[in-house]
Amino acid sequence: MAAAERPAIDLADAFVMEAPALADWLIVAPLVIGFIFAALCLMTRKDTGRQPVIAIAGLVLILLSVAGLFVHVLANGTVVMAMGRWLPPFGIAFVADTLGATLALISGIVGLATGIYALREADNTERRYGFYPFLLMMLSGVICAFLTGDIFNLYVWFEVLLLGSFGLLILGSRRDQLDGATKYAFLNLIATTLFLIAVAYVYGLFGTLNMADIARKAAVMEEVGPRLTIAALFFFAFAMKAAAFPLNFWLPASYHTPRLAVGAVFAGLLTKVGVYALLRILLTIFPADRDDLAIAIAVVAAASMMLGALGALAQTDMRRVLGYLVISGIGIMLAGLALGSATGLSGTAFYTAHSMVIMTALYLLVGIVGAAAGTFDLHRAGGLYATAPWLAVVALILAFSASGLPPFSGLWPKIFLVKASIDVGAWWLAAAILLSGFLTTIALVRLFAFAFWRPANPDMRSMTLGEVPVARLGLPVLVGLCGLTVIAGLYPEPFIQVSDRIAFELMNPVGYIDAVYAPMPIQPAAAEGAVQ
Amino acid sequence: MEIAVAALTGLYFAVSIYLMLSRHIIRILLGTVTLSTGANLTIFAMGRITREVPPIIPAGHYLPADGAANALPQALVLTAIVIAFSLFAFLLVLVMRSYQELGTDDTYAMRDAEPEGEPLPPLGY
Repeated sequence: MAAAERPAIDLADAFVMEAPALADWLIVAPLVIGFIFAALCLMTRKDTGRQPVIAIAGLVLILLSVAGLFVHVLANGTVVMAMGRWLPPFGIAFVADTLGATLALISGIVGLATGIYALREADNTERRYGFYPFLLMMLSGVICAFLTGDIFNLYVWFEVLLLGSFGLLILGSRRDQLDGATKYAFLNLIATTLFLIAVAYVYGLFGTLNMADIARKAAVMEEVGPRLTIAALFFFAFAMKAAAFPLNFWLPASYHTPRLAVGAVFAGLLTKVGVYALLRILLTIFPADRDDLAIAIAVVAAASMMLGALGALAQTDMRRVLGYLVISGIGIMLAGLALGSATGLSGTAFYTAHSMVIMTALYLLVGIVGAAAGTFDLHRAGGLYATAPWLAVVALILAFSASGLPPFSGLWPKIFLVKASIDVGAWWLAAAILLSGFLTTIALVRLFAFAFWRPANPDMRSMTLGEVPVARLGLPVLVGLCGLTVIAGLYPEPFIQVSDRIAFELMNPVGYIDAVYAPMPIQPAAAEGAVQ
Repeated sequence: MEIAVAALTGLYFAVSIYLMLSRHIIRILLGTVTLSTGANLTIFAMGRITREVPPIIPAGHYLPADGAANALPQALVLTAIVIAFSLFAFLLVLVMRSYQELGTDDTYAMRDAEPEGEPLPPLGY
């Protein structure tokens, strides 16, 4: 080729020269596996018997790869891979720090749990219309959003997961689903477009889209105005994604309409991507602007917790109770972001992981409860303690864990967050956390009391678990998820260590920046090259 | 040139917000399309608009000529257009289906997922 005629060029100026270590490939494995298996599921669309087997194999492989990545990151620190070998900031970089790897791991668990549960819930029509391809694509989108180190690429993953979630949400096309999906689709699309506008401003201001590069340039930028505007726009867009008050109205309108497995995976993953993006943008990239926005974030956090808990109390439909509890949990996660201290962020990291598992488990639980009781209506359900005592045990564990009562995993992050609030004198934030926990206890224990304790309604025939198809696989899945919350509650030490490490990394973005730029000592010419 | 594009972008945003404030789903849909067009124009303007010099590297050189246009925003805009278009196509079908099923495009009347006048949850048993 023409290269032979040219003078020798030092490719090391533009490319990562050494091949990535074998273990580093794990960072792209979830993407590759997810897309390949989604394509395979699409090809076997009409073979409704074989397609679930392929999908579960894909979900297991994704879980294994993210678990491997998590172990690798814990052992060796932040993992970076530059796409096309282009040196940062030119190529798209995938960066797995402890936060990204932890959330990816939990997403893998949530994805597999709901995939197994859906084996008995999604019927053949839904399989033919692409339940499993949508699930795999959405899961890949979520995991890649946690792992990407490029802000425009983050936008692309938001759209990937959004499209997957649209597909899952409207499977079945009932009236209430179409109604809920319309609101969900419009509000999420507007939020993503606002995110894109903020990305455009970032590009205009910094001339780069690589997160580490933006963080480097934002740190030395003198003018506060434009940077704060961008940070505020990101906060608005991601708060909408995370369903924080007052931008939460799409969530309770839509999450109760699809299958419970779909609600479970949505509640476990989607809003948390918004929380993750907020942590990444406001702590790694614009830490100075987080300080300026802290009061606004704290008010949004307290309002979300209280509105979510009060909303949950006002619902008669069990699924809609859970929709409001998701919002309440988002408020608690934002509290740590508002505080910004090591204790607070550690609490947020722990609570996010806890909430992903617990909200998924609660949706799956309500799926079994609804199927066994024959209704989701709190007025009519009843008598399940007699027919399904073990389900009652699981339900009580989950209710206690979600409310933050000992000895389950919800307790520790709330202690951290309350302590961090009191440390800075934000007693009202501590009070909101405790009060919302109290109201959540009432909402969930009331659900337990009506659905389980109350004698069966004579008009309704409540079934034993043997007669409920979703329970056969759903109950073992639920027991597994409960096991996680019990272990994290009784022996929290390793979990706290990981969340402390996440908090440390978030508070010291230098580590993140150095990890991305490790392949290349900083060259002024290369760093300036992207700016016109 | 940037000022003209900025004014045009502002006009797009104004139109889109006006449309999205409507109660009717089809107007909201047009509003979101306008919003994403405005976003694309924003990206385009943010790459700085230069004229005359195409971003093509002449033979025998390794760098584009001085003052060459920035090609990256076009890649970004292209990606954003493709995504926005596919979402628009999906939303169009969704809106049509929900109009057929629900018989209305008025968001005040779309109360199937959250019916009005629901009873309070049971207060005791």
